[in-house]
Amino acid sequence: WPYCRKRCSYCNFNAYVVPAVDEAAVRACLVREAQTLLRLGQVHSVSSVFFGRGTPSLASPGTVAAVLEAVAVAAHLPAGAEVTLEANPSSTSTSRLAGFRAAGVNRLSIGVQSLDDAELRMLGREHTAAEARKAVEAARGLFPGRTSIDLLFGLPGQSRDAWAQRLEAALGLCDDHISLYQLTLERGTALAAQVRGGALPAPPQDLLADMYQTARTVLAAAGFRHYEVSNFARKGALSTHNLSYWRAEQYIGVGPGAHGRFVPRGEGSCSREARVQTLEPVAWMWEVQSQGHGTRSRAVLSPLEQLEELLTLGLRTDEGVTHERWGHFSPQLSLQAVFGAPGEARALQQQGWLVLDSGGLRCTWAGLAVLDSLLPDLLWQLQR
Amino acid sequence: GIQAQTVANFYLAFEAQLSIIPVINKIDLKNADPERVEKQIEKLFDIPTDECIRISAKQGTNVEKVLQKVIEKIPPPQCNTADPLKALVFDSTFDHYRGVIANIALFGGEIAKGHKIVSAHTKKRYEVNEVGILTPDEQPTHKLYAGQVGYLIAGMKEVAEAQIGDTLFLYKQPVEPLPGFKSAKPMVFAGMYPIDQTEYNNLKSALERLTLNDSSVTVHRDSSLALGAGWRLGFLGLLHMEVFNQRLEQEYNMSVILTAPTVPYKAVLSSAKLIKEYGKDQITIINPAQFPDKLSVSEYLEPTVLGTIVTPHEYIGKIITLCQDRRAVQKDMLYIDENRVMLKYLFPLNEIVVDFYDALKSLSSGYASFDYEDAGYQSADLIKMDILLNGNPVEELATIIHNDKAHAAGKLLCERLKETIPRQLFEIAIQAAIGKKIIARETLKAYRKNVVAKCYGGDITRRMKLLKRQAEGKRLMRKIGNVEVPRDAFIRVLKRETDK
Repeated sequence: WPYCRKRCSYCNFNAYVVPAVDEAAVRACLVREAQTLLRLGQVHSVSSVFFGRGTPSLASPGTVAAVLEAVAVAAHLPAGAEVTLEANPSSTSTSRLAGFRAAGVNRLSIGVQSLDDAELRMLGREHTAAEARKAVEAARGLFPGRTSIDLLFGLPGQSRDAWAQRLEAALGLCDDHISLYQLTLERGTALAAQVRGGALPAPPQDLLADMYQTARTVLAAAGFRHYEVSNFARKGALSTHNLSYWRAEQYIGVGPGAHGRFVPRGEGSCSREARVQTLEPVAWMWEVQSQGHGTRSRAVLSPLEQLEELLTLGLRTDEGVTHERWGHFSPQLSLQAVFGAPGEARALQQQGWLVLDSGGLRCTWAGLAVLDSLLPDLLWQLQR
Repeated sequence: GIQAQTVANFYLAFEAQLSIIPVINKIDLKNADPERVEKQIEKLFDIPTDECIRISAKQGTNVEKVLQKVIEKIPPPQCNTADPLKALVFDSTFDHYRGVIANIALFGGEIAKGHKIVSAHTKKRYEVNEVGILTPDEQPTHKLYAGQVGYLIAGMKEVAEAQIGDTLFLYKQPVEPLPGFKSAKPMVFAGMYPIDQTEYNNLKSALERLTLNDSSVTVHRDSSLALGAGWRLGFLGLLHMEVFNQRLEQEYNMSVILTAPTVPYKAVLSSAKLIKEYGKDQITIINPAQFPDKLSVSEYLEPTVLGTIVTPHEYIGKIITLCQDRRAVQKDMLYIDENRVMLKYLFPLNEIVVDFYDALKSLSSGYASFDYEDAGYQSADLIKMDILLNGNPVEELATIIHNDKAHAAGKLLCERLKETIPRQLFEIAIQAAIGKKIIARETLKAYRKNVVAKCYGGDITRRMKLLKRQAEGKRLMRKIGNVEVPRDAFIRVLKRETDK
């Protein structure tokens, strides 16, 4: 759902703020595109659905229901499949949430970002900390054990102590899943401009590193499993959908700007493709109406490219890249063959950043924090 | 009014015992003050004011007077048409249709179409197709006589065949070759490298062609670990270098990397072994890698220049400070009129080769002028400064520098390197050292967190692109010890500051 009521100061997503949304038209297009693409991929069964981008909680439960129904008809949507909806605290009244649950949503991800009003204002968020609390409580009531909250750290001017307080507050409030993101100052956002212009201080690198380590430690102590760079879950409440990204499984993107990775068997292809749907909603709708889907670009991924993606994404998880998953993409060349031989990976292992064993290839606790320094070496080794 | 170069040129002409005709130009400008300038000339050069000719080249005023004065005052060339042909080649150009056009000055004899001539330098024989004078366009004539200046076309195919400074004479009538141009001493050296090694040959031929028409540029082949094969060029001055670089870009479409200029230091060797190796006891050091150790040397020498600065008096203080900062010694100070002062300073050459001129101009709002001439060598406390990364020396960043300036320069280099080397998984100590002694240090801290926060559907493609580019970049990395340094880090650090 690409629409938002307001653009946050740090956001550079494909999101649009428009005065009025023709929901019926958008709904029809989402349904149509979902059907087209599911058929194109000859999908038998859908393991998870994720409503994201922009502010999906602004859409009506009816739209969500329509899309889910279309999915169930075109493919098979098992009863226990994870269906997540991203929500903003300002559009999550209990009744609304109940409506979503009735429509088929069984997991909620709330963009809390911060539990401090001043920070929320700096981020340009629409809600207060109090409203965020209420929203989380409402969500936990309707989706117990299946509520996740998003938090940001490394805000301009945020001190170590302030962050420690936020963490504590969040722990007191959260359910069993937290997504913790370091604020990235993207070019072109209002917040980045403020920092660049000197109105706000840029957070020093060391402080960010400290905050991250603090978070990891504190959450670990609270029983959370750090299963991906930015995602923590306890009692097994991992996000199935997101895991499929990091395991390089197949997924279909529906809606303006959505991304997909699947094999369009319906066209007779056997190659995994990287696809992006048209960004601009109006253009997207027009394409969906005339051709059934608004795919802007599609590119076949070579075997090397698929392995590169698997490596880059897999290493973000604590499970890493398993031998089995690797074998799926590279039946001839095993993980051991590529990374076990003397070379960059071996050196990184010796330095304590990586582990290659019977479980596969994965980062150590320290390695995960500096993954992007390890990846170029590994990719280079893979290419050779 | 009188600029520093006016003075320099006057003395050059005076010492060569040439006749001097003072001409004051641009009298048409509103703020022209010919009287004041005439007084300056009289005071400085001892030439009576009534000898000066005031002209406006733009409007043509009094220009004929100049021509008349030339005829009156300038003595005719001392040569004889009855002598055997002796022509000096002082320039050459290439015309696609007519071949090489050599500009010549005849010091004896005469030359016409059909004559068979020989080049003293290449010993090749040619037949003259055409001779003529330059008005300034080529105007063919029947003959050129001793004392004249003109051009000649003789079937030469390549510009190399008409070397500047060469002597031409008639076949079967060889003459003593003319001394040619005394090759001007290069004062400023700069390393020049192609941006990419694949451009090496193109740059090589561009350099050959450019230096043919500019014999004052010296060329030595050189190579650096970071930048590949290139050259160390010697120029008469910074301006010369700038112009050369611009011509390379405009006329030959070549972009090059210019590294910081260095000057030719000398060392008087005291080690018998080295004296034997070099064949002499005094050597010129162009490349820091050749710097002989203190133990083998009885004296280091640095080139100096006598610089002349002419400035309005309000800037004297700042300029004196600037000169002192550059280890210069004042030799003279003189008011050339009520407002302007002429300062003479003896500078170590290496103190002015980078940005002295710019600094002078900026603190005098452009009013100060500067010129200099070679003033021989002086003893100097020179050292070789090495740059170390985690203890490993980086050869291409080594510099020869005066002991007094080492700390500041070392610190600057370390700071610049810190900005250009990317952070790595371990700490990097960037140090400047003289021998074993560390004189400056910067520390590049290790990455403690370097992983992108979000990587979901849409982010993946972008991430892959970025990471793959970084992986590619790894290939171009230089590894010094365990430190990975991108190739352009050196370039950025070595580049002349004004280019940044």
